[in-house]
This record gives sequence, structure tokens and C-alpha cells, in this order.
Amino acid sequence: MLQTIGRRLLTVIPTLIGVIVVTFLLTRVLPGDPAVYFAGPAATPQSIEEIRKKLGFDRPLPEQFVYYVSDLAKGNLGNSLSTGQSVVEEVATRLPASAELTLFGLFVAMVIAVPLGILAAVKQGSIIDHACRVIATLGVSLPVFFTGLLLVYVFYFLLGWAPAPIGRLDIFYSTPDRVTGFYLIDSLLAGDVETFRAALAQLILPVVTLAIFSIAPIARMTRAAMLSALSSEFVRTARASGLSPYRVVITYAFRNAMLPVITTFGMVFSFLLGANVLVEKVFAWPGIGSYAVEALIASDYAPVQGFVLTMAILYVMLNLAIDLLYGVIDPRVRLEG
Amino acid sequence: MNQAVSPEKVAPAAEIAAAAIAAATVQAETKAASPAPQPSIFHHARYVIGENPVTGLAFAIFLLIVICAVFGPWIVPYDPLASNEATLAPPSAIHWFGTDQLGRDILSRVIVATRLDLAIAVASVALVFLLGGVSGVAAGFFGGWIDRLVGRLADTIMAFPLFVLAMGIVAALGNSVTNIVLATAIINFPLYARVARAEANTRRNAGYVLAARLSGNTEMRILLAQILPNVMPIMVVQMSLTMGYAILNAAGLSFIGLGVRPPTAEWGIMVAEGAAFMVSGEWWIAFFPGAALVLAVFCFNLLGDGLRDIVDPQRRT
Repeated sequence: MLQTIGRRLLTVIPTLIGVIVVTFLLTRVLPGDPAVYFAGPAATPQSIEEIRKKLGFDRPLPEQFVYYVSDLAKGNLGNSLSTGQSVVEEVATRLPASAELTLFGLFVAMVIAVPLGILAAVKQGSIIDHACRVIATLGVSLPVFFTGLLLVYVFYFLLGWAPAPIGRLDIFYSTPDRVTGFYLIDSLLAGDVETFRAALAQLILPVVTLAIFSIAPIARMTRAAMLSALSSEFVRTARASGLSPYRVVITYAFRNAMLPVITTFGMVFSFLLGANVLVEKVFAWPGIGSYAVEALIASDYAPVQGFVLTMAILYVMLNLAIDLLYGVIDPRVRLEG
Repeated sequence: MNQAVSPEKVAPAAEIAAAAIAAATVQAETKAASPAPQPSIFHHARYVIGENPVTGLAFAIFLLIVICAVFGPWIVPYDPLASNEATLAPPSAIHWFGTDQLGRDILSRVIVATRLDLAIAVASVALVFLLGGVSGVAAGFFGGWIDRLVGRLADTIMAFPLFVLAMGIVAALGNSVTNIVLATAIINFPLYARVARAEANTRRNAGYVLAARLSGNTEMRILLAQILPNVMPIMVVQMSLTMGYAILNAAGLSFIGLGVRPPTAEWGIMVAEGAAFMVSGEWWIAFFPGAALVLAVFCFNLLGDGLRDIVDPQRRT
């Protein structure tokens, strides 16, 4: 097992190199002067020239790349122009907000979509199956920012059930002491049930928005994987041997259908990281997505670059985790690996 | 008994027979082979649409969208950029979709925006069709270093969350509509390259390719005359399936303030403008452009599914 993990870790290295090269190329090689971006909108020719010297843009490309990588290794992503803060620090403080939202959204989607997909496959052609198909087609057609706004209108303005979309916590509550950066966990650790409730209330609408968006692909894939597992011979044998339907569906079929479903989680996570940016804008969520959007509008390039790199590294790590999970779920993968 | 069989049921049977005859000829897949497949595809299309009325509905919406895109500026009741005295007016007989904070007619803006949204999506899909299709086909047909290069490129793009990469590209290239098109094309590249590669790879040693090679055609000629036309149908399906995604992506980018600038009418930016009014109850400003967006994406997704059923019935889900 350890050997498999080690070998899989090695395969991450070329991907990471690719990611770093692309983020480097995005700033340095494409048309447009990076010094102008780094100097900001109100720069004079002299200050641009100065920045070019200071950042080493007057040197040849390979040399610049070496500097870039060594800066990265030191954990230096440059400073934001508008706030003057170090990008790494800013990303680190804002990341938990985005992570709490994304993971919670993925969790809710999973809890709804997987049973829905299983039911649709088991009762093929039933109402649940048709509902599943409609939800799947509708879900991929709804832009997240639009779903989010509709939910705000219905549940905040019309019904008054949800709090105003103004970030992670209502101003009446004080931020819980930072342990994990997840408000839900931190408030519980501090034993503050009131704050926990307030944080949860703020989370619900954005989480539902993300969930609606990601239910579609998960349900669709679960249904397809379950259909092929259910039509296989070992399921027929299990049925013929008189095992209970629950046992046949869950233990026999679902365990075998899990691999493609988990692969879909990886893909959905990639979409979610993008959708997160839009949802954060709708709900004024102080995550790294809204940080990047603010920087984008202000032509403040360093935070955007840091954001793209952070997201890509997160995504690569998640795919690694999924691959390792394969081995846990399916012994065949372990043996072949 | 035979007389009771409806004509719709006969059509697929006849088509299967036609397909079997066509498959028997060596050059079955080339266009010059025989005129038989031409009417068969048409019949099959009619059969599929008859079988699945949703595809017919999607096609009707598609026509509506095209009409709005082509004739938009001439059919709108008001100037999409002109302010009226009634600001933030709810939908009424005068302004069907209401007016926005500057008193502009939302119906007119939604219709006029169709052309821009569609143009961005069509341009980016056409671009990636060209780039991804050609490099994918070359990778699948020639193999070797081209294959490795294209594969590595696709893998690297796939290593990024795609929307995030699109944001990065637009930020690096500059904030313009052209760059939105480019970014949308780049993030779709792996999808097209992979499909084209797989399709070309399975055909690289097909009978008709061997025959063409034996009769002295150069590899380049085989690629262009034999492989490319056969990969085309699958790629066209791919295009219509990704069209909806391209529209969503472009609208998402303009929602966060990239690309299109106000006061231009575009669905994404119109939803963004209306977002602030959602909390105070003026729902129509964001709702109608958002609904237009959903309708367009929904229509393209359904059309893509329908088209796939026609071209590639085996992948039907």
C-alpha cells in the first residue's frame, strides 16, 4: 500500500510542474506587459521600468522562471497592490471560508444525489427515474449565480426565512476564536451554540446553491454506474441465492458502482471550485474567490495568480486523494497498482 | 399482421438494412461511397425527433434564439440603451419585462443581448473545434511525439479547475470580449482533443484507410480525405453539447465583471446589475436575462443529446 501511495505521489510531480509552468507563462509570455499589471492602473513609465527591474523582468525567461520557482518554494506569491498585504497570508486567512462552503456543498449534494441515483437505477422507468433525469438536465442548465439570486429572493425577501446575504456571520455575532477557520467547527469548539446557529443560517443558501449545481452530474453518474452494476452476473447470482434486496443493491451493486461515482466527485469538485467564485460574489462571502474577483477588477495581478495556483494545487491534491481512495474501495486497483 | 405495422416502425428496420448493405462496401464511411446513407440519415432524424418530442421542442427554442440573434435590433420595442422616465418599473403591458434602475426596457435588452451571447459561444466553440479537432485527429492518427505533446497539453489544462483557469487567462491577456472567447476555447480544448484523438485512433488502421494507403495516398491525404470526414459527425455533436457550457462560462465571466462592459446588453452582466435589487424585491431585472440564459443553455443541451442520438445511437443514455 505504501509503495502504491509513493508511486502515485511521483505522478503528481509532472502535473504540478505543468501547473507552475502555466501560471508562470500566463504572466510572463503572453502579450501584454506584466510590469504594467504589477504596477497597477495608475503607473508612470518610470515606475513601470522600476518594477520591471525590481521583479527581474529584464532578465531572460529561464532565469525568471528560476526566480519564480524559488520564490514559490519560500512561500512568496508577492503582495497585493490594493491592500498591500502578502498574497500568501491573505489566501491562507480566506481559504477556510471557501473550503467550508465548497465541502459542505459537495457533502449535501452527495447525500441527496447518491441515493437519488441509486433509486433511479433500481426503479428504472419509475417516477423517481424521470425526476432524476429532469433534475440532471435542469441542474446543468442553471447558472449558479442565477440559482443563488433566485434563492435569495424567495427565502430572504419573500419568506424571510434566510438571513441577508452578507457573508459568513451577521454583524451582531462575534467571530469565534480561530482554530480550524471553519466557523461551524470553531463555534462548537468554543461551546457557542448561538454563533453556530447564526453561521449555519448564513451557510444554508450558498450551500444549497452549490448543491443544486452539483447534484446533476453525481446523480447521473450514480444512476449509470448502478445500472451497469445491477445488470452484471454477480448481482444476478446474488439475487438468485436469495439475498435481501438491500444487501444486493448496497453491498453487491453499489460497492462496485462506487469507482465511477468517486471519479465524478473529482470532476464536480473542479466545477465547484469555479462555481464557488460566482456564489461568493452573490452572497458577499469573504472567500478566496471574491478576493480574486476584487483583484481582477482592479487589475491587481499577484492575487489572481496566487489564487489560480492555489486552486490548481488544491485540485491536484484532491485528485490524488481520490486515486488513493480507489485502492481502499477496490482491492483490484491496489493489486494492479 | 404486416399491414398493422406503422410506418415509423418500418423506418428503423429499413435503415438497419441500408446500413448493413452500406457497411458491406469497403468505403462505407466515405462520402463518395453511395447515395444511400443520405436519405437514411434524414429518415433517422425524423424518427428520432418523432420518438423524442423534447428534441423537437429544443429545435423550436433554437429557432427562436436564432431569430432573436439575427433580427434582434429590428424587432425590439424600445432602444436597449435609452432610458425611459419609469425606472425600476415592474413588468406591465407597456414594458413586458419591466425596466431597470436606469429605466431601460429589459425585454429589449434581453433580445438584443442574444446576438452577443450567441456570438461569443459560437466563436469559442468554432475555435476549439478547429484547434482541438485538428490536433486531436493528428495525435490519434500519427501517434508518437504529436500524441504525447497533445496529451500532455490536455492534461495540464485539465489539472486546473476550468473556470478558474479561464479567469486567469482573461486576467493575463486583458479584459476584453475576444479574450473571453479565447479563454473559453482553451478550457474546452482537452475535451475536443480527446474525443478527436479517440475517434481517429480507432480508424487509423480501418479497412478503407489501409486501402487508401495501399493505393499510394500520402499519410496527410489519408488524414484529410479519409479520417477527418469520418470524425466530423462526432465532433459536431461535441460542439452542440459544449455550446451550452460555453454560454454559461462566458456569462459567468461577465457576471464577475470580465469581458463585456456596461452599458452593453449581455445576459451575464444584466444579471449582475440586477443582483443588488434582488434583496429589495425588484426581481425582474435579474430574472429575465437569467431566464433567457437558462433557456438557451437548456435548449443547447437538449439539442446536443438529440443530435447525439441521431449520429451515435450507441452512446444514448
